[in-house]
Amino acid sequence: MSGLENFLFSFFNLKVMATYLPLVAQGLALTVLLALLIVVAGLALGLALAVLRSFGIRPLNWLIIFTVDLFRALPPLVIIVLLFFGLPTLGIGLSGFAATWLSLTLVLMAFSEEIYWAGITAVPKGQWEAARSTGLSFLQTLRMVVLPQALRITIPPLTNRTIAITKGTALGSVVGVAEILGASQSAMSFSANPSALTLGAIAYLVLFIPVVALGRWIETRFAWKR
Amino acid sequence: MDDFLTAFLNVEIVREAWPILWQGFLYTLALSAITVPLGMVGGVILALLSTAGPRGIRWAAAAWTDLFRAIPPLVLLVFLYAGLPFAGLDVGAWGAVAIGFFLNTGAYYGEVLRAGIGSVPRGQVEAARSTGLSQAQALAHVVLPQAVRNVLPDLVSNTLEVVKLTSIASVVALPELLFQARQAQNATYNATPIVAAAIAYFLLLWPLVRLISRLENKAMAGR
Repeated sequence: MSGLENFLFSFFNLKVMATYLPLVAQGLALTVLLALLIVVAGLALGLALAVLRSFGIRPLNWLIIFTVDLFRALPPLVIIVLLFFGLPTLGIGLSGFAATWLSLTLVLMAFSEEIYWAGITAVPKGQWEAARSTGLSFLQTLRMVVLPQALRITIPPLTNRTIAITKGTALGSVVGVAEILGASQSAMSFSANPSALTLGAIAYLVLFIPVVALGRWIETRFAWKR
Repeated sequence: MDDFLTAFLNVEIVREAWPILWQGFLYTLALSAITVPLGMVGGVILALLSTAGPRGIRWAAAAWTDLFRAIPPLVLLVFLYAGLPFAGLDVGAWGAVAIGFFLNTGAYYGEVLRAGIGSVPRGQVEAARSTGLSQAQALAHVVLPQAVRNVLPDLVSNTLEVVKLTSIASVVALPELLFQARQAQNATYNATPIVAAAIAYFLLLWPLVRLISRLENKAMAGR
C-alpha cells in the first residue's frame, strides 16, 4: 500500500466507519444528555450560590468562596476519579455517568457562581440604594433591578466557560462512560482500526463547532463598548 | 467517622505512598513548565496570523482555532497516542502530550491574544508607524504590551486551565500526580492517595485561583 492508501485505510476507512456508526451515534446521544444535565444543574446551582452570597452572611460567604475556589482549583479528572474510585470504599457506589455528571456539575457551579457574582457586584451600589428607597424589598431589588443587568454582562464569559466544561464530558471515558470518546475507543479496539476514533472526532466537531461559533457570536453581540 | 478517616485520610497510607506522590507532583510541575510555554508559542503564532496575515491566512487561522477549540483535549490526546501508531507514526506519550497541548492550548491562548490585539485601537499602530517604527517594532513595542495587559485575567485563567489539564496525561500513562496517585491507590486498595493528590493540586493552584478572581472582579467592575 502506498502512504496515502495506508493513511486512508487507517483513518478514513469507510467500511469500519459504517460498521461503528450506530455505536458512536449512541455515544453522541449520551454526550448530549450528559452535557445538558451538567449545564442545567451547574448553572442553576451557581446562580443559587451567587444569590445566597449577596445576602452577605459572613461565615456562609466564606464557605461559598472556599467551595468555589476548591472546584476551580481541582482538575475535573481528579474529581471524577476521586468520586468514582473513592466513594465505593465508603459503601457509596456511583456509576461512571453519575460521577462524571456530579463532578462537572460542581465545576460548572463554581465557575458560574464566580461569574454571576462578578456581574452582581458590577451593578453600581447606587442602584441598590435607589431601588430600596422606592420601597422594593431586598429580594425584589435583586430580582427586578440587579440580576437583569448582571446576567446580561455575564452571558459571554458564561457561554465560553459552559462550552469548555461540557467538553469535559470526554473525561467520562476514563471511568467507563460510553459517551463519544468511550464508544469510539471501544470501536477502535474491536476493529483494530482508528477510523472509529476519526468518527468520534467528527462527532465532536458536529456537536461543538456550532456551539463555539455561537459563543463567538454571543461574545460580539453582547460585547460592552468600552 | 473512623471509617471515613481510614478510607480517605489514612496517615499510614500517605506515609507509604509519599515518595511516589512526590515524584508525581514534580512531574506535574515539569509537565506544566513545558506545556504552558508551548501553548503560548502556538497562541502567539495563531494570534498574529489571525490579525496581521493576508485575508486567506486570517480565515484559515480562525478556522484552525475553532477546530481545536471544538475537539476535547482528551480526544486529541487519545488520537495522537493510540491512533497515529496505526499509520506507523508512533510519537509516544511525551510526543502526544506535547503535540496535543500545542494544538489545544495554543488555540485557546490564540483566541485570548487575538481579542487582546483587537482591543488596541488601530490609530495606535498608525501613530507608531508614522514615528518611523517598522511593522514588527510597532507590534512588539506598542500593540502586544497593551494587548497582554488588556486580557491579563484571561491569560492567567487559561494558564490555570493548562496546569489542571496536565492531569489528562495520566490517561497515556505519564507518571504525573494523578497517575501516581492511581498507582498508589491500586497498590493499597485505599482512596487516600487520590485525596492527597487532590489536596496537592489545591495547594498548588489556590493562590492562582485567588489571583484570577481578583483580576476578574476588577475587569468586570471597570466596565
